Amino acid sequence: MRRDSNQGHSLFRIAMQSLLSSKATVTAFVVMALVVLLTAAAPLLSPWAIDSTDWESVSTPPSVETGHYFGTDDVGRDIFVRTLYGGRISLLVGLSATMVSLVIGVFWGAIAGYAGGRTDQLMMRFVDVMYAMPFMFFVILLMVYFGRNIFLIFIAVGAVNWLDMARIVRGQALSMKHREFVEAARAGGVSHLNIIRRHIIPNLLGVVIVYVTLTIPQVILVESFLSFLGLGVQEPMTSWGALVNDGAALMESAPWTLFFPALFLALTLFCFNFIGDGLRDALDPRDRAGEP
Amino acid sequence: MLRFTAKRFLGAIPTLLVLMVLAFALIRVAPGGPFDSEKQLSAEIQERLNAAYHLDEPLWQQFFRYLGNLLKGDFGPSFAYADYTVSELIATGFPVSLKLGSLAMLLAVIAGIAIGTMAALKQNTRADYAVMTAAMTGISVPTFVVAPLLVLVFAVTLQWFPAGGLGNWQNLVLPVIALALPQIAYIARLTRGSMIEVLRSDYIRTARAQGLTQAEILLHHALKAAVLPVVSYLGPATAAIITGSVVVEQIFGVPGLGRFFVQGALNRDYTLVMGIVVFYGVLIICFNFFVDIAYRWLDPRVTL
Amino acid sequence: MKPPSALTTPPLLELKSLNVSFAGRDGITRAVKDLSYTLRASETLGIVGESGSGKTQSVMSLMGLLPHNATVSGKAVFNRTDLLALSQSELNRVRGKDIAMVFQDPMTSLNPHLTVSAQMSLVARRHLGQSKRDAFAECKRMLDAVRIPEAAKRINQYPHELSGGMRQRVMIATALLCKPKLLIADEPTTALDVTVQAQILQLMRELQTDFATAVLLITHDMGVVAGTCDRVLVMSKGERVEENFVEPLFATPQHPYTRTLLAAVPRLDEINIKLTPPTGTTPLLEARGLEVAYPVDSNSFFAPPNQLKALRGVDLMLLPGETLGVVGESGCGKSTLARAVLNLIPASAGDVVLMGEPLRQLTATQRRAMRSDMQIIFQDPLASLNPRMTIANILCEPLDTYHPNLSRAQKLRRASIILEKVGLKREQLGRYPHEFSGGQCQRIGIARALMFEPKLIVCDEPVSALDVSVQAKVVQLLIELQQELNLSLVFIAHDLAVVRQISHRVMVMYLGKVVELANRDEIYSSPRHPYTRALISAVPIPDPKSQQRLGFAEISGDLPSPLHPPSGCAFCSRCPLAEPRCANEDPPLRAVGRSMVACHLAE
Ligand code: SF4
Repeated sequence: MRRDSNQGHSLFRIAMQSLLSSKATVTAFVVMALVVLLTAAAPLLSPWAIDSTDWESVSTPPSVETGHYFGTDDVGRDIFVRTLYGGRISLLVGLSATMVSLVIGVFWGAIAGYAGGRTDQLMMRFVDVMYAMPFMFFVILLMVYFGRNIFLIFIAVGAVNWLDMARIVRGQALSMKHREFVEAARAGGVSHLNIIRRHIIPNLLGVVIVYVTLTIPQVILVESFLSFLGLGVQEPMTSWGALVNDGAALMESAPWTLFFPALFLALTLFCFNFIGDGLRDALDPRDRAGEP
Repeated sequence: MLRFTAKRFLGAIPTLLVLMVLAFALIRVAPGGPFDSEKQLSAEIQERLNAAYHLDEPLWQQFFRYLGNLLKGDFGPSFAYADYTVSELIATGFPVSLKLGSLAMLLAVIAGIAIGTMAALKQNTRADYAVMTAAMTGISVPTFVVAPLLVLVFAVTLQWFPAGGLGNWQNLVLPVIALALPQIAYIARLTRGSMIEVLRSDYIRTARAQGLTQAEILLHHALKAAVLPVVSYLGPATAAIITGSVVVEQIFGVPGLGRFFVQGALNRDYTLVMGIVVFYGVLIICFNFFVDIAYRWLDPRVTL
Repeated sequence: MKPPSALTTPPLLELKSLNVSFAGRDGITRAVKDLSYTLRASETLGIVGESGSGKTQSVMSLMGLLPHNATVSGKAVFNRTDLLALSQSELNRVRGKDIAMVFQDPMTSLNPHLTVSAQMSLVARRHLGQSKRDAFAECKRMLDAVRIPEAAKRINQYPHELSGGMRQRVMIATALLCKPKLLIADEPTTALDVTVQAQILQLMRELQTDFATAVLLITHDMGVVAGTCDRVLVMSKGERVEENFVEPLFATPQHPYTRTLLAAVPRLDEINIKLTPPTGTTPLLEARGLEVAYPVDSNSFFAPPNQLKALRGVDLMLLPGETLGVVGESGCGKSTLARAVLNLIPASAGDVVLMGEPLRQLTATQRRAMRSDMQIIFQDPLASLNPRMTIANILCEPLDTYHPNLSRAQKLRRASIILEKVGLKREQLGRYPHEFSGGQCQRIGIARALMFEPKLIVCDEPVSALDVSVQAKVVQLLIELQQELNLSLVFIAHDLAVVRQISHRVMVMYLGKVVELANRDEIYSSPRHPYTRALISAVPIPDPKSQQRLGFAEISGDLPSPLHPPSGCAFCSRCPLAEPRCANEDPPLRAVGRSMVACHLAE
């Protein structure tokens, strides 16, 4: 491990190297990037608009000639375009709701963990109480009563997911606090703020990144669940969940309406989960290979 | 043990209170009421209905009235299903959901642990990768895609099992599988990870040095420790199965609590929604209590 | 010593050019190279070496316990069968039955989820084919044989309910269940306190005679080897460097590596390091009646949390340029003392006075300013460095607090000067901690402590995680730095020999109290407290000829729980001299001769 160059090799770089040395993870990254690019470039790729109906082709299977690469649904809307636009919404919901949970969770967990004692007990007791809530029910109620507002979805889902994040961050912060390098910093007179900034947060980052990559697919799944209940985003907007739900109804007559959105949805979730797992392994200092 | 029970019992009170306040507030603050969806009722009838159900009182008073009734075991009448009390509705819906949910849970735990253990033993071989990719797919495909597919394949095409409804065990097969699949996948992944960790620990090395066979090591030494994360996941798993049953009951036309809830929410059936939320809240609290006891039994280092 | 016939019996185990290598990310590492040796029935062979010498891998390969990425070649003939050629199921009939193994850390090597009887009887049932009930009875008999107190109760307990010494006894009892022909002990006492180590080694010697078992003892500790083995094999970097009977090996080591190894071992019975006397007479640091209590969860629902009193009234005084050694076994409160002196944890009573300033009465800002005068070095060198910071940032960080207006270049200049002072190169400033060895990390830790010329450094077990040869160098470095910079050191360790090398005065602690305090020579030549005597006589001496002890009674049993310390004298539950009054009256620390002793009977 010791090298002669003056430049050190940070753990992060080593983790990245091991991550990128796995073909599967790299593939997942590439697929992920492709999906994101496609959804971003949606208007450039097809002449159809998200809600324009093509009366000449209703419920037609995928074909290059008609320009409906993924076929059309029962009112003649282009599945290709709808899948890409739906992807925008799904990814957006996934990212923003995760950010909401990230901010609340890291804040809550880091304070509880670093402060310790009474503060910690109280804050975590609150988390425990929240854990016992049948949250999906609350989300359903929210959607039913306050309308199918996309921002509400972000907040609702984020508010459910921050609990796990808070617990994880708190556990890490708590153990970090007693690590010797933090004690060394305290003995060196470093202020609490700088200790959190320089010592605690950077060392938490790995866990948080892993958790974020694993939360995004969860959130996308929750959104699709709401769509299934007819509580997701509203027409003319759509999402993968909504499309899959529509498609499931046409499964026998027009299977392509189910297949393509479901494929995109599953592929994305798959990639996120895969990257998350890969990251976790790469950031784990113990070598995963070898050993029985 | 007694102390722990007492502690948890006392701890459950604030949890339930928060639960009820939240649910109550959420339901009542929302615009719309149970009687404005019907064809225009005259103002007078509206008023009288509201008075009959005490909807004209201030909110806090209604809350305490509800709480009082609840303590007497009375969930109140349903607004939408006239002639039924909420308790009666729960009594009809819950056994169905319970049967579905517990079977799915059982299947998920057994299959998940078995698959995860096998993958761990064959770590980094083709079999391992195949199983784990399958598991990842299981997590990545939503239930409402899997369920219709199951229907298409096993009910419509192969005609092995009926597509839904209630009756004998055959009716339950597909819904249970649909409900269990994502949980099987999740538990398999959890088990694999923890099993690999456990198999690497010093005391497994000791057991191997003692000349115990692979089976003995797995059964006597490794399994207990490896299922600990699964046990802690049981709480969230129950929640996931309860939510999942909302979907599955819808697709397979099973008249369980999940359907009542969604219907209730859409109908503004205050008491029914409230009743189901409270009921499930209590259920989850009880379940978590049993999970903690199981954890203690598996890991003697944890004191209650 | 063994009867001479042991030398003529046919070999029990014969190793012929054993090679072990591991395939890793950076290619193939050869851990054991061409190793051959023989072991006869009921003989004890010690395999010594420092970390990375391949000593553990060489025996793991015999037991088939190496990870999958290992390749083994050569022959290991045991009882006329080649162990390396056996199938898994054939091997399972040998290991645990004819060859048994005891591992280093009894806490992790026992299954925390199973009771003692559950894990022991699995072995008995497998190899002896016993019924459940017979197996249980056999286990109980074995626990008695390893002298576990209250075996009938212990057998139904879980490992975490036992003390470290008892756990290792359970390990040994399990290993001996099937009366193996060969017992492999991999650092069996390294994780234990000295007094417990002495008990376990004694037990192993006795059992070996009773059971006529051959023993392969793997250790890094020359003292353990000297007192236990018939023959010794020294390994370095995977190779055998020397093999001989124990007496000639110690008396006339042939290989230069053996010689350096022996020279590096700190010895309790002779000192080879001269210290310069303290440079001042006014105390730099004083602690008065220092107490620290941690809250622990109470057992009752309504009762307030219990208090774990880690320090129960400690006084100390330190002169400029002086080193105060603090020794004691785990749980005696020495690490708590280190942190309390530095104000890293709040004291519940008492005060620390630094250069005449009582720290308690200072404001937070003033106290922070005082921090630059006192620094700390930790036990685990790698853990004490933030893995995500470069060495430059680690060293410069404290400067940000006290000299915020220094430029980056000035800070770096200071950092490189200090880095060179501790024996590292300035080119290494850009590296990360994980790129250094343990010894180097400890040097970086020392460098960090030196960044702004502190007057006091508290060293909390600074060398116990290091190999002996590295240990010696770090101790030497500390002594030199002390002379050069006029440092005062509080040197905390469990290793009495190391403490003796570096300290002017030595303080012995037991259950949060000081039991004896005296000059370095005084305390070793005439220890007065029964606990100090026990500690000293428990240290294995790296000389096979001087194995007879100073003649003090050994102590039995384990440290009582610090939650419920005995009333009266803290040591009375284990003291061989205890009298009735010891249980009631707490002996004060009083002057006896030239020492301070807390014992009613000391004179
Ligand atoms: S006071 Fe009594 S118990 Fe304590 S050390 Fe002295 S003789 Fe032993």
